[in-house]
Amino acid sequence: MNNTDTSHFEVVHPGILTTFQDLGRFGQSHLGLTSGGPADKQAYLWANRLLNNSENCPILEVNFGGLKLIAKTSTTIAVTGANAPLTINGHAKETWRSHQVNADDLIEIGYASEGCRIYLAVFEGFLVEPQFNSVATVIREKVGGTKGTAVAVGELLFYKQTPKQTLYALKAKDIPRYTDPLTVQVVIGYQHALFERGELAKFFSNEYQVSAQCDRMGYRINGPAIQSGISQLLSEGICKGAIQIPPDGQPIILSVDRQTIGGYPKLGSVLSLDLDLLMQSSQGAKIHFEPISIHCAHTRLHLAKAKYQKTKLIKVDQ
Amino acid sequence: MPQLVHYPRIEVAGEDALIIYLDKVANSATIKKIAQLKNNIANTLGDYVVELVPSYASLLVIFDPLKTDYFAVKKVLRTLLTANTTEMASSQKIIELPVYYSPESGPDLKTLATSAGLSIEDVIKIHQQTIYQVFAIGFAPGFAFLGEVDERIACARLTSPRAKVPKGSVGIADRQTAIYPNESPGGWNLIGLCPQTLFNPNVPPYLTYQVGDNVKFKAITQAEFLELGGEL
Repeated sequence: MNNTDTSHFEVVHPGILTTFQDLGRFGQSHLGLTSGGPADKQAYLWANRLLNNSENCPILEVNFGGLKLIAKTSTTIAVTGANAPLTINGHAKETWRSHQVNADDLIEIGYASEGCRIYLAVFEGFLVEPQFNSVATVIREKVGGTKGTAVAVGELLFYKQTPKQTLYALKAKDIPRYTDPLTVQVVIGYQHALFERGELAKFFSNEYQVSAQCDRMGYRINGPAIQSGISQLLSEGICKGAIQIPPDGQPIILSVDRQTIGGYPKLGSVLSLDLDLLMQSSQGAKIHFEPISIHCAHTRLHLAKAKYQKTKLIKVDQ
Repeated sequence: MPQLVHYPRIEVAGEDALIIYLDKVANSATIKKIAQLKNNIANTLGDYVVELVPSYASLLVIFDPLKTDYFAVKKVLRTLLTANTTEMASSQKIIELPVYYSPESGPDLKTLATSAGLSIEDVIKIHQQTIYQVFAIGFAPGFAFLGEVDERIACARLTSPRAKVPKGSVGIADRQTAIYPNESPGGWNLIGLCPQTLFNPNVPPYLTYQVGDNVKFKAITQAEFLELGGEL
């Protein structure tokens, strides 16, 4: 870090779990390192885009809320993701837009009421030393962020001091909604052909509920048990969104902090666009699954990208 | 159960991933083939590839679905699978790792010996006789799965895993052995401690071994263990 970059936020309260994230850590699976990255990539991307940042700019992922920061110099921030109260010096502010903050401003993010992960970006990104080409914090691996841990009280979060910027907002119609129940699409794959048809039909026609075991590594969901009929499987690479069926039949959907390899049978993987929404859900949320082909998945990804690029931000006043 | 057992086989894993199953079992020939395939895929697909994850008898290929698509990637994988590529020189290097075997450093050594009907000395001797191969790296950063352990000392995982396994612990689970690179929870049977740091995230090359490497263990005394920086 450069000596001139002394602008920072001081953490007054870190919230339940706040970590630095960028797009993720790739090409390190030979060391057993997972990707990390934002649990909800769409909300993450919007936060950076509202500030005209590049896509890989380090930002804060605030899980559940409860973050309090004091700005030591002026900058511009943007807050997206879960619906949580944002205040600056006690004044309510809208999320899904950028805000000018001045020296000594107190920024508070309350607890989320719809969704559970909030993204706070700062103009040109936080200044964090990357590890294995990424700042993405994976606490289980003690890698990324600052010392591989969550943001702590009293910590200083550095950024570049910048002149005033034009402020932008996302139109209300373009803001994602985090609904319950949620239907997620699943690309059929891995060992799906070894499952009995009836077991797959059970999975795709019943309602499941997010259990208490849900975090950035994966979501265990409860519902009718699925039998894979596969007793032994060599450990193999796990992609993001993979749906594991352990012996008790309660599926586990693996996410950004997943292990790189594992030996449970899998029936496919949740589409990334829907995994973003699933990662905003919490214990008790109702989930339905819908099978799609990989061709259909690619169409959805291209359409989503085109829509993202065509969506225009609106200029807003302070 | 329906059977789908022809090899090699390419399956969809997710929207951005295909998995190649090379064989039903892992052995040194398969591991070698996977390493070669991994190189060829990286060279052919370049920045279309996001991640390549080899493990036992499979290779997961994660690609960027906005730069390329499933058809293109699958076509390349098929071609590379059937191509007569020149064999890579296989790694002849044997990595020798010191281990302080004792009930003091390996709390499961006694139980393992008893259930195997062997003496502690025999277990230690048998564990050192095999030249192991790294089948996969994962579970935790730098955690290498080594196989195959001699059947006489193979042992099922603990029924209830330990919350804390010390750094450097040498464990056995079924026909695999491994060293815990850092303190972590774990359910393997612990038989000793290795004083050497295997994974250092701050200094390249970060990790002592890679998939396909050969590993051998050498018994050391408590004094040697402490001299090498080991902690009890």
